[in-house]
Amino acid sequence: MYLMQFLVLAAFLFCVGVYGVLVRKNAVLVLMSIELILNSVNINLVALGVYRGYDQAIVGQVFSLFVIAVAAAEVGIGLAIVLLIYRNRASIDLSEVDLMKG
Amino acid sequence: MLAAAQAATDFVTPKLDYAALAPEMILTGVIVVVLLLDLFLDETQKYVIPSIAGFGILTAAFPLVFLAVQGDDVRSMVGGAYVSDDFALVFKALFLGTGYVVLLMSNRYIDEGDYYKGEYYVMLLSSLLGMVVMSSSRDLISIFVALELLSIPAYLLAGWRKRDLKSNEASLKYYLLGVLSSGVMLYGMSLIFGAAGTTVLEDISAQLVSVPQLDKVIAIGIFFVVVGFAFKVSAVPFHFWAPDTYEGAPTPVTAFLSVASKAAGFVALLQLVFIAFLSQGDTWAPLFWVLAALTMTVGNLVALRQTNIVRMLAYSSVAQAGYILVPFAVAGDELRAVQSAQTAAIVYLLIYSAMNLGAFAIVLAVARKTRSGEISSFGGLFQYAPGLTVVMTVFLASLAGVPPAGGWFAKFAVFRSVLDAGTGWAVALGVIAAVNSVVAAFYYFNVAREMWINPVPDEDRTPIRVPAALTTALGLTVAVVLVIGVFPGLFADLGNAASLGR
Repeated sequence: MYLMQFLVLAAFLFCVGVYGVLVRKNAVLVLMSIELILNSVNINLVALGVYRGYDQAIVGQVFSLFVIAVAAAEVGIGLAIVLLIYRNRASIDLSEVDLMKG
Repeated sequence: MLAAAQAATDFVTPKLDYAALAPEMILTGVIVVVLLLDLFLDETQKYVIPSIAGFGILTAAFPLVFLAVQGDDVRSMVGGAYVSDDFALVFKALFLGTGYVVLLMSNRYIDEGDYYKGEYYVMLLSSLLGMVVMSSSRDLISIFVALELLSIPAYLLAGWRKRDLKSNEASLKYYLLGVLSSGVMLYGMSLIFGAAGTTVLEDISAQLVSVPQLDKVIAIGIFFVVVGFAFKVSAVPFHFWAPDTYEGAPTPVTAFLSVASKAAGFVALLQLVFIAFLSQGDTWAPLFWVLAALTMTVGNLVALRQTNIVRMLAYSSVAQAGYILVPFAVAGDELRAVQSAQTAAIVYLLIYSAMNLGAFAIVLAVARKTRSGEISSFGGLFQYAPGLTVVMTVFLASLAGVPPAGGWFAKFAVFRSVLDAGTGWAVALGVIAAVNSVVAAFYYFNVAREMWINPVPDEDRTPIRVPAALTTALGLTVAVVLVIGVFPGLFADLGNAASLGR
């Protein structure tokens, strides 16, 4: 059973995603990084579920279906917010969105 | 393979307890009705929408009374994934009450703004539905779905004033950190699912004890889940979004986020920590200790130098979250301490909701005249709005923990949980909390001094006209705060009864 490979892949994707959210300045790329994080969760859920047995595999897959569905809604909202920012500022550079501080 | 496929076809329809689900179903119905009314009603008739939404919330709260009167039989559904017990009932009542007060606060604010009406109430009710579902969720999947159901409309509400750059920024910051925190939390949940092989909290609790060889995986999973929720409850060092979001969002939405959304995060934490992770105290207790100490101290110190009242209340709510984290840190695994810690957290959440909502209602009322969020704009409030001044002083005293306003009892419950734990680390945290309560009094009473003593900044003494709905909101919150302060016994019983896993 190749469990470890999947877990390492998921951990790597998770780290790439978190790095992207924290470092990237382009809002759309940040949304893509968030997708990476959620997909790493899906890999984890499916791999660990299959590793644990038949019933757990179903639970893991159902969980990951929920994650996929909710992630779609989340990114839809995210794009709407980014679009709003773009309309008002004509830019989606996150480092410029800093009216409030302290 | 064939046998497995055979087993999969034996699908048993889960038995649903419709009486226990009544609040959720009524709320869902109201959301649909409000959405359709907004579509079909004439522009001149849309004033009925907030009334229908408010009526719907009260109707949804009605079945709670019957369920509570029926005694403490636990109604468990879908294999223990969705439970309606006293804990769930108390928090459903809290969320519906909070939602109703926020509705009263938003009524005129939304009318007078130039943005869409119906959608606002749909979003508010949807978020409320997520919180109500959260109080019953005893399964990783339903906790996750409830969390997203309450967060996604909240991201939109924060950006309600579409053409205002600050509101956009509030929405974006809230969204990015909210989604990142859900991702981190989900990663932790996936590891816990891997270690326990189930998503139902009760079963996780049983499984975690039996797999000591996986303790590192479990520890990492718990760490990620707690960090994810630390974002939601704006604990330091994950609080950066909170002040900006609170300042930029419309004030009624800020009240909603700082009370209901935060309480929902704590509800999830209570369920996860005190059901699923109870045996793993060695992992989460130090984590909560650090979070609580940092959150109280940083929240209070930064609040001291704020000049904007909403930002000050934002940092104050960060600090208050620190006090609520104290019982988590000291709970340990001894039964009495766990019980006492849960009671303290629940009581604190209930009282905090009333006093913080009230403070925001006053900010809303005063801003109707001054159009300013600066603390200096409260100067001489007593000379032209004595009623508001007295009520605001009650809320400030409550937040600072001065009797007879309710806040003292919340602090008392926290300190009692510290003493019930009785360990050196617990007492050290109690000392930090006590010092912080004193520091906090400075900035709360700074506002009081501004109102009572300082002169009116622009000599404009026209009285403030407070709309009826806002007056009702103020009346409700101040009544709750004073009743708790004078008769705390009633509330202590409620906190005891609502504890999980007796």
